[in-house]
Amino acid sequence: MSLAAPRSGLPAAVWRRSSRRPRQRRRLLADVVVWALGLVLLVWSLLPTYNMLLIALDEEGDTEYAGIIWPAEPTLDAFRVVLTGDYWYLQHFWLKFANSLFIALATMLITLAIGSLTAFALGRMGLARGWLLGNFPVLTYAVPASFLVIPFYRIMRIYGLSDSLWAVIAADVTFTTPYAILILHQYAKLIPRELDEAAQTDGATPWQIYRHLYLPLMAPALAAVGMFALLLAWNEYIYQYILLTSERKMTVAVAIAQFFDADEAPWNYMMATAIVYALPPVVIFFALRRWMLAGLTLGGVRR
Amino acid sequence: MPYAAVFAAFVVFPVGYGLWMARDPALYGELVAEPRYARTAINTLLYVGFGVNVMMFSALLLSGFFLRRQWWVRVLLAIFLLCWALPAVPAFISFHWMLIGEQGLVDSLLRELFGLQGPIWFNNSWLALGSNTIAYIWKWLPFWTLVFIAGRLAIPQEICEAAAIDGAVGVRLFLHVVFPLLANIYVVCTLLATLWTVGDYTTVLLVSMGAPARTSDVLATLGMHYAFDAAQPELGVAAVMSAVPVLVPLALILMRRLHLGEVQL
Repeated sequence: MSLAAPRSGLPAAVWRRSSRRPRQRRRLLADVVVWALGLVLLVWSLLPTYNMLLIALDEEGDTEYAGIIWPAEPTLDAFRVVLTGDYWYLQHFWLKFANSLFIALATMLITLAIGSLTAFALGRMGLARGWLLGNFPVLTYAVPASFLVIPFYRIMRIYGLSDSLWAVIAADVTFTTPYAILILHQYAKLIPRELDEAAQTDGATPWQIYRHLYLPLMAPALAAVGMFALLLAWNEYIYQYILLTSERKMTVAVAIAQFFDADEAPWNYMMATAIVYALPPVVIFFALRRWMLAGLTLGGVRR
Repeated sequence: MPYAAVFAAFVVFPVGYGLWMARDPALYGELVAEPRYARTAINTLLYVGFGVNVMMFSALLLSGFFLRRQWWVRVLLAIFLLCWALPAVPAFISFHWMLIGEQGLVDSLLRELFGLQGPIWFNNSWLALGSNTIAYIWKWLPFWTLVFIAGRLAIPQEICEAAAIDGAVGVRLFLHVVFPLLANIYVVCTLLATLWTVGDYTTVLLVSMGAPARTSDVLATLGMHYAFDAAQPELGVAAVMSAVPVLVPLALILMRRLHLGEVQL
């Protein structure tokens, strides 16, 4: 496309006629390349998902998976076993599901509360050293979350939170708030300060401004941040794995990975659990895609 | 100041506690003497170096592809985003089973379609490391592609039109107009991705599981192995903390870049 024929010196009509065929051929070639790329991307994106379905639909999960690329007799039996908790690794499946859900929802609410209050204080109340606090979140990126698991494990025992869902929630909130503050702070800059000043003139306290002015105007950003926190907490694995030890506190993610501990585990049950576990975030993601993308474009990113 | 309290309780204290646990210089001597440590450090370097750069560059190119207006490209984008929407644990377990050897889907497909005998992926540490890298890229490529799509959409259409009038189309438009405008975002995102990838744990844990014989470990998994399998938590913390001196300058550069306020992702 960049190799346009030199125009100078030739009359336009001559130039056009002489270059039509190569240009058509180039266009065809470009189309073929685009289609090929699309096909590669399609296979690339779907192959692991297909693999999950393939194993989950296979009826003989307790024997070695036998190198097939299409299930001979697909059956939904594995899903029935998962949903009824009919296997000893899957006991209390719904309790584990509820644990995952509780962690995700609590993380979302606490992240939103702390994030919006901090962003409000940073952006609206004119703190003397506000910029310093604003930089802290970025600094937390310097030590990745997984590096802190071991100290966290010790500290949760000191705090008396070992084997408690709240330990996981505290850890998740720690890693979602920097992102929340960055995004909310950026977004808040779009709200004109004159509104605050007008409210102040009318005698509103900072709390009233926060409650009646700031929060409603921030709704789109809050929605995006809330979704991110929810998904992060639902999908997070390492903290749940380390901090939760007893059967009844376990989450779905831990339950899935637990299958690896057994030699003769029924892999179709594992994959069926994995699919059930993956459904809520996928549904949320596609239902609220517009909001999520809005959050993404608002500055600073944290997955 | 609720955030300040949370920050103190759950960031300053753990980091400080971690540093305190890993305070003994002798630990680092022990670490360096450990043959697995050097191997793991090199693995981490390769994993992060290849993973991040290949991922970011592909994301940049794909962001251009996904801006095409055909209907099927939009459908494809939705499917492509599925990789990101899928939680990490199921995705990486699926990768593990795809590559498990002759019975895995990848080798089965190679045999059925091309008559090739695929390798046993997790028997060779380089193949295992490569598998981890590919799985990681698979998971996070859509996210960065979206960021770059947003970045490209933020470029005013007039600039591209003006450039087109001046004869910059196709590759030249990309090289001389789009890329310089995206350069800052590209640098910031690469820094962020580097910080996150160094801390990545789930991929290696579930895809190769460190196989064969813990030669495809990265620092994060090695640290956990020391702490919880070998009951040497101090050594584990020392292993991961040895990466922090590299990460802090990266975070400082990132902070400066963000602080300049030039970045509107």
